[in-house]
Amino acid sequence: MKTVYTHPKYLKKVPFHYCPGCGHSVIHRLIAELIDEMNIHDRVLGIPPCGCSVFAYNYLDIDMTEAAHGRGAAVATGMKRAFPEAIVFSYQGDGDLAAIGTAETIHAANRGENITVISVNNAVYGMTGGQMAPTTLLDQWTTTTPYGRDAKTAGHPVKMCELVAVLDGSVYVERTAVDSPANIRKAKKAIQKGFQVQMDNLGFSLVEVLSPCPVNWKMTPVESWEWIEKEMEKVFPLGIIKDTTGKKDAD
Amino acid sequence: MKGYIKIDGELCKGCQVCLTFCPKSSLSISDKVNASGYSPALFKEDGECTGCAICAVVCPEVAIEVYRG
Amino acid sequence: MDGNSAIGEAAIRAGCQCYFGYPITPQNELTEYMAAHLGKRKGCTFIQAESELAAINMVFGASVVGARAMTSSSSPGISLKQEGISYLAACELPAVIVNMCRGGPGLGSIAAAQSDYFQATRGGGHGDYRTIVLAPSSVQELADFTHRAFDLADKYHTPVLILGDGMLGQMMEPVEFKHEAPEVLPVRSGALRGAKGRPSRIIKTLSSNPADVEELNWSLFRRYELIKKEEVTYETFMVDDAKLIVVAFGIAARIAKGAIKNARASGLQVGMLRPTTLWPFPSQKVRELAQNTKQFLVFELNMGQMIEDVQLALEGKGEVSFYGRPGGVVSAPNEVLRVITRLYYQKGLEK
Repeated sequence: MKTVYTHPKYLKKVPFHYCPGCGHSVIHRLIAELIDEMNIHDRVLGIPPCGCSVFAYNYLDIDMTEAAHGRGAAVATGMKRAFPEAIVFSYQGDGDLAAIGTAETIHAANRGENITVISVNNAVYGMTGGQMAPTTLLDQWTTTTPYGRDAKTAGHPVKMCELVAVLDGSVYVERTAVDSPANIRKAKKAIQKGFQVQMDNLGFSLVEVLSPCPVNWKMTPVESWEWIEKEMEKVFPLGIIKDTTGKKDAD
Repeated sequence: MKGYIKIDGELCKGCQVCLTFCPKSSLSISDKVNASGYSPALFKEDGECTGCAICAVVCPEVAIEVYRG
Repeated sequence: MDGNSAIGEAAIRAGCQCYFGYPITPQNELTEYMAAHLGKRKGCTFIQAESELAAINMVFGASVVGARAMTSSSSPGISLKQEGISYLAACELPAVIVNMCRGGPGLGSIAAAQSDYFQATRGGGHGDYRTIVLAPSSVQELADFTHRAFDLADKYHTPVLILGDGMLGQMMEPVEFKHEAPEVLPVRSGALRGAKGRPSRIIKTLSSNPADVEELNWSLFRRYELIKKEEVTYETFMVDDAKLIVVAFGIAARIAKGAIKNARASGLQVGMLRPTTLWPFPSQKVRELAQNTKQFLVFELNMGQMIEDVQLALEGKGEVSFYGRPGGVVSAPNEVLRVITRLYYQKGLEK
């Protein structure tokens, strides 16, 4: 009997606190697998956000430090500049990245900081109970858009990937999703490419991952995975939004 | 090719995502409840599992180990 | 050399590896100095951040990986940094923050003031914490205190604030640097350098268990008690036979000193206490001085902030008067002399 799949080495054997069907734990696992496969455990530094996934450090067996809400990209900038040999990634939520942290994200990208930002877009503020996020879809119900998000008072969903792609400092920007095995594999390749871009000192990389949040969307896990494909991907198209690295796929 | 998987019943939170994606539908939901109150996924021993590991790829709890051969 | 640049040069000589700044008068010369001199040094980094808030978080990042890091700004910018400073204090991370204070509140004025005393000495951000606050009053002290700030920050694993003001920053004075820039930049132990051959390390402050956060507070305050015991510094001037003691810091102390010399010339027994650490405050010294001097005059460039620390220290064993000019207006020495003389005779100290 050959083992085809088992618990990744750098994922601590601790049950996740995430809700059933949540995408965070899947993304944590992808990161853990990559850290092992790309052999960067000795120099990878992670920054979890303020949000459900702040407890990423309970699961990822690497050096990590918490950033203030929205400041992940700035903290990552300080870390990378002071310790260039490290592989620094900032794991941020949608509000963390595109609401409170907009300036930090835009300017880290604009400076072409050699960091990888992994942004989990679940269209709500999860930890605080499902409020509207900058990426909440129009007419989507949240606890702060009880009548559905109305563009007149709450604006439109923010497409951070496209925004960042316009900046010359950003080198690799891709949007993926945790809603099917194929997309999960693509997400892993995207994060791998992000790390590779950083290792090759090419500049700023952003990987956005659409992620299910069943509890706050008031759906079953299976329905939430389907909702991403049916609804979210219409507003947030998947795929490589920018890749000026010259090499098509990470070797 | 015969595949085989082991599900950690205690880790599983019964989200049933693996059921929907298993191409050979060799998974079902156990009628028993685990310590956290979830009814975990159950592997059909007599199913046609090929060890493709799709279930492990989608499992949010990293509760599945896959064997082949 | 101007005060602002002196801070920059002293920081480089103290092994400062990263500086993150943002333009704001009256401290721009410091940001410009670092742009010109730090960026080109091997292994060093200068970044003009997109905001003071981003800058303090970059300092956080650099400090997390063990580098000596600094940022500077002036009053409104320092307000933006308070969240970051609270995180630095909570994570027990060293950092040096320079505030060349200007008139406030609001956008205020760009002239020298001392109205950020409370913000500096009472933690400034959310939560129970303090930062060490040094108060230079000359370009030489700006340089010396910058070096001391880096050492104190590393020694106690805490952010250290230098509270200067616009005038000190712009003023040109001779300055002597007593240290050479280190060849190899210091990397603090216990930093995050990648879990190579050791278990992974986490630097964080969030905890779902309040008891953890309580324990953090207890440990921070045990450290603050130690700092209070070890690191209080001040200067006294003609206090031995003084019947009236002026308490002032920074630029206000220099002005007061001029006034006191004139007062002494006309026979008034006046002295001065100049705290050079605003936190920890020299309360002990104030009590000691109060044994034979009953009249104190606190002179500040604000509406009266340090006066509260003097009153707290005296515990009623001395009378405290106040004279202040807020908003960036800087008194002339003879103005302070008039206040001293009037008070001296009002209280009948000449008898």
